[in-house]
Amino acid sequence: MNGAFAISQADKRPMYLQIMEQIKERIAVGDWAPGQAIPSIRQLAADLQVSVITVKRSYLELEREGIIVTQQGKGSQVAPTPGLGARLREQELTQHLEQVMRIATQLGIRQKDLEERLREAGDRVAEKETI
Amino acid sequence: MTDLAIEMTGVSKRYRYFALDNVHFRVQKGQIMGLIGPNGAGKSTTIRILMGLIRPDSGEVRVLGRRMPAEQVAAKWDIGFASDDMRLYDQLTVGWHMNFIASIYPNWDPAYADVLLKRFGLVAEQKIKGLSHGQRVKAVLLLVLARKPKLLVLDEPTTGLDPVARHEILRELTAVMTDEGRSVLFSSHNTQDVEQISDQITFIDRGRILDSMDKEAYLDRWRRLRLEVPAGVELPALPGVIGVRQEGRLAVATANAFVPDLANEYESRGARVQRIENMTLEEIFVANVEHSREEVEA
Repeated sequence: MNGAFAISQADKRPMYLQIMEQIKERIAVGDWAPGQAIPSIRQLAADLQVSVITVKRSYLELEREGIIVTQQGKGSQVAPTPGLGARLREQELTQHLEQVMRIATQLGIRQKDLEERLREAGDRVAEKETI
Repeated sequence: MTDLAIEMTGVSKRYRYFALDNVHFRVQKGQIMGLIGPNGAGKSTTIRILMGLIRPDSGEVRVLGRRMPAEQVAAKWDIGFASDDMRLYDQLTVGWHMNFIASIYPNWDPAYADVLLKRFGLVAEQKIKGLSHGQRVKAVLLLVLARKPKLLVLDEPTTGLDPVARHEILRELTAVMTDEGRSVLFSSHNTQDVEQISDQITFIDRGRILDSMDKEAYLDRWRRLRLEVPAGVELPALPGVIGVRQEGRLAVATANAFVPDLANEYESRGARVQRIENMTLEEIFVANVEHSREEVEA
């Protein structure tokens, strides 16, 4: 069963991206280990109640990113890459940082000021965690 | 053997106030096709021609490799058809109907029928006349689903159902697709249902097919671009953009053949692209129908 998958209609991103992200999360937290077999496209589509073509697209993109491998007739598995989960978490951070840079550029914030803001944000997070 | 569950080519049918004009589309085996269009677009007429219930003036229809309506008797063993005007016997029970269908169709799956009965919240001993609209719809769907036909043809299966019942139906339809030899065609004006479970989409309006293609590719072609237009800059008319609305310095462009270069093109003409947004099928539906009607009227 794949009960914890949830496709949100309030999420503006296409369904195939949401499915990709949730598969990556499973790998990042270690629920799906490198080399482990994952559900067939048709099975996951039925479990999520979405079309086969949508899940197929998610799998194709994940394969292109080297996160899963699909063998004809054998189904799909998590890529047998050691440390894949950690790499995915690292990737997530990189994406957030790039997004920060995009917004900062739009707002005309200089890198030095941005570094200062990052330090401040770090202080705020640390403060909340000690409370 | 053909890989097509449904093939309609050049189908036309003329009535006094309505005409189907050169309707053509295909459904591959193992796929769900969602037929969408506004009220009166021709969805039900298309489905009735498909089922051999109406003879087209011209064109060719093949369902599971059989010509319709000529070979409809043979084809119908493998087709489960449900529509709103399906009559059940008011004075008889749900269970009587189940036994009746089971006696006709050898593929009837009694265990699956019982599962559906529970899932749909129906009681075998209950008479049809005591059922609500939603319960009747579910009873009809139970009768076609438990036959396990190779092709399900459902005219508006979720119309008038509450959200819980709708999800039960969508769940059964997606469960059918774990068997890649089976196919579904369903019509709806609920774009959310179609977006969620269809592999292919066919758009129909005023008796004409506007588009018929792979859902993922289709959704991918449509984008909304939010633009900032500095003073003195005139937005160019670009190919692939079907409409632009501008008020002051902000504009929204709707593209039906989006490519990343489109954003670059706007930038090079002096506009700034603030955001590129995906569109829901509902938004595409409205934009597409309005655009095609403008084109016809122009």
